[in-house]
Amino acid sequence: MSTLRKAVVVGGNRIPFARANGAYAMTSNLDMLTAALDGLVARFGLQDERLGEVAGGAVLKHSRDFNLTREAVLGSALSPETPAYDLQQACATGLEAILGLSDKIKLGRIDSAIAGGVDSASDAPIVVSEGLRHAVLELNRAKTLQQKLKAVSKLRPKDVTPVAPGTNEPRTGLSMGEHQALTTAQWNISREAQDELALASHRNLAEAYDRGFFDDLVTPYRGVTRDGNMRADTSLEKLASLRTVFGRQLGDRATMTAGNSTPLTDGASAVLLSSEDWAESHDLPILADIVDGEAAAVDFVHGKDGLLMAPVFAVARLLGRLGLTFEDIDYFEIHEAFAGTVLCHLAAWEDEEFCRERLGLDGALGKVDRAKLNVNGSSLAAGHPFAATGGRIVATLAKQLHERGTVDGRPARGLVSVCAAGGLGVAAVLEAR
Amino acid sequence: MTDTYTALVSRGWGRDVAKRLGLPQPVPLRRHDPAAPLLPGPALVIGEGASTEQLVSALEGWGVEVRRDAEAFAQSSRTEANGSGPRRLGAIVLMLDGVQHPRDLAGPVLAAGKALRSLAPCARVVTVSRRASVQDEPAVAAARQGVDGLLRSLAKELRAGATGNGVLLAEGVSADAPSVLGALRFLLSGRSAFVDGQFLTVGTAGGSLPADAERPLEGKVAVVTGAARGIGSSIARTLARDGARVVVVDVPAAGESLARVANDIHGTALQLDITKPDAGERILTHALSRHGGLDIVVHNAGITRDKLLANMDAARWDSVIAVNIAAQLQINEALLASDRFGEGARIISVASTSGIAGNRGQTNYAASKAGVIGMVRSTAARLASRGGTANAVAPGFIETEMTAKIPFATREIARRLNSLQQGGQPQDVAEAIAFLASDAAGGISGGVLRVCGQNMVGQ
Repeated sequence: MSTLRKAVVVGGNRIPFARANGAYAMTSNLDMLTAALDGLVARFGLQDERLGEVAGGAVLKHSRDFNLTREAVLGSALSPETPAYDLQQACATGLEAILGLSDKIKLGRIDSAIAGGVDSASDAPIVVSEGLRHAVLELNRAKTLQQKLKAVSKLRPKDVTPVAPGTNEPRTGLSMGEHQALTTAQWNISREAQDELALASHRNLAEAYDRGFFDDLVTPYRGVTRDGNMRADTSLEKLASLRTVFGRQLGDRATMTAGNSTPLTDGASAVLLSSEDWAESHDLPILADIVDGEAAAVDFVHGKDGLLMAPVFAVARLLGRLGLTFEDIDYFEIHEAFAGTVLCHLAAWEDEEFCRERLGLDGALGKVDRAKLNVNGSSLAAGHPFAATGGRIVATLAKQLHERGTVDGRPARGLVSVCAAGGLGVAAVLEAR
Repeated sequence: MTDTYTALVSRGWGRDVAKRLGLPQPVPLRRHDPAAPLLPGPALVIGEGASTEQLVSALEGWGVEVRRDAEAFAQSSRTEANGSGPRRLGAIVLMLDGVQHPRDLAGPVLAAGKALRSLAPCARVVTVSRRASVQDEPAVAAARQGVDGLLRSLAKELRAGATGNGVLLAEGVSADAPSVLGALRFLLSGRSAFVDGQFLTVGTAGGSLPADAERPLEGKVAVVTGAARGIGSSIARTLARDGARVVVVDVPAAGESLARVANDIHGTALQLDITKPDAGERILTHALSRHGGLDIVVHNAGITRDKLLANMDAARWDSVIAVNIAAQLQINEALLASDRFGEGARIISVASTSGIAGNRGQTNYAASKAGVIGMVRSTAARLASRGGTANAVAPGFIETEMTAKIPFATREIARRLNSLQQGGQPQDVAEAIAFLASDAAGGISGGVLRVCGQNMVGQ
């Protein structure tokens, strides 16, 4: 590692997140990602700048958006000579884009980059049925009239119905919420604990807005100035009054509501990364170093671990590699797909048996100080446009770390973890500059 | 914003009908065009002595064809008429800096009067005279102050987009001082299209003329508040056109259009509530760290919360005072406390004709805008020791999204209540600010320049 140079976070930008079918209902992924890039360009004066690379993606993606990120670059104020590529790793798309580009910067292949992410649950693709698709493809291949008739004859009335988008796990057929409901129950996470976490998320986010923390992290879009899902005035009573929506087969043990789960959300984010030299030569700030990252995956298909438990492994391996413990972390940014997800992660890290048997540690990884957890709010309050969440978290954390500066004479340190569909999880460590 | 009436009466049958009915006949104004010459025709310079010769050589240096004799011009314009109509004057420069008694005005003023009918559309009349002061002999003071009334009346007699303005020289300032030449050039140019019936006072020989007249702000770093739209966005664009690196500031909620302005002009966007206690420091930090300095601050952000005083509540009053004047005071304090904002620094505040003449329903707004005028006067004194200046620009009726919301009939009347019989463009306010921000205006400080087409109210 010593031969590598550093990759730093210069800053970030996102549009306010909006609940699906709300303010951005008529807005495409391309529009939103372009807006996030343009806000970043305006903040840092990058007009006509040729950057090393822009990488980003979307989870819910139209086939016409095969070159989404490049198209967004072409539509933005950046130099059209800036290369770009799409990537996708479900909800970890944004964080993986940041880690991948950081590695390129560390290796010296590029000097500057933007990692982006966008998702629209409103403007989601709707596809034709498999039956219709097969028939049309076969018709296309057919040469004789007989072959063509044969292809068409395979069509059934039900094939004409379009297929709405789904995020259900292909191998289990269960939605993410239903998967988490099982894990939440398995780890005995109470409804109250989940509602408390949700309340803290809303309060922290609202408080951060009120003190102007997001003035240089968020650029309003289409008349929206703050995250539409945020409820600054919510309370434990209000959250407790909501009915459960996931795991209802568990009866009394069902705990997950719309209040302690993230809603479908539209939004986009972008993070400006660079080498130290590039930032300095462009008179740009350096907020934090991207120290390291780790991806993990779990076998949820056979029920060995819960669907969203991979970050538990990613964090343990990452801290182990860096020789760090929870004592060395000043800010924990654990993506709140569901309140239950975060609480299951915390429970697993506190569980001696689990940490010994599954993480290969001597004992429990440790207890996360709640005062250090998601201090500027997270997805339960802000919402969760899948691929945009990583960028939101990293930019927010980098600014928080920079404001904090040092802790006990060392740079303030932050840990990010993001769970993702397919049993995936990605973690990263950042240090203040 | 379009002014349909002006378009209608500027040509064809609309012009004829308006003329016959005696209706106002506004014309599209001559505005800055880098490809066009400084003036639409030759300049007639009336006056004698060393100061006149200094200005004549400056005019010739700007490529202006100078005529010295009003009678001779009238003759030659008749003989030069070869089918294309008589040659018309682009400007009259009236040198009155030597007047010692009101009697002395007659010669040059009446000579200028003879030439008025030869003025081209959107021509300029500029007087150059000394500022009257209490130290003057009574007759001298009378003569010098007389220019004030003469010029303002003359400006009201001009037609077809022509304007009349004056340059006032303080005692000891010579006619070739940088800001005298700078002010003269500004007043002759299309940049002063909507400035009419006004005086620019040159108090010192400070300042310097730009190397490139099209890029007078090259190398400067400027901050413009309230830059997301309207006049503020126009100011930002104009400062950038003139060569400045511009930091555009507006409230976080206006960030989307602010980003668009920043990207259009290769500037940087700073989302900031200017009423926050640390606003000045954040502006300074941003400008210094990103652009390596701060030379020009334009306080443009402003709000209106109109109510008759009898119906005024504390919230309306307080918010207008907080945004329009208290924030500027606080930001200036931070700027003046820094040694990085000094040499040649410029503070320009947007005031309003409401702050000069008053406006029914705007006690809060007028208090804040009159406050701006008081503030720049005092701030000018503090900046003087470091070679900086502070000035205010007071727009009259400007065609913006805000004034477009005024009911049709009221708006039509408001537009015509000035000598140019039309509303100004945001660009006109921006040009005045860009001039005051330039090195050429280094000898002009503590004053208010109205951009109002010589509105009927106030001075």
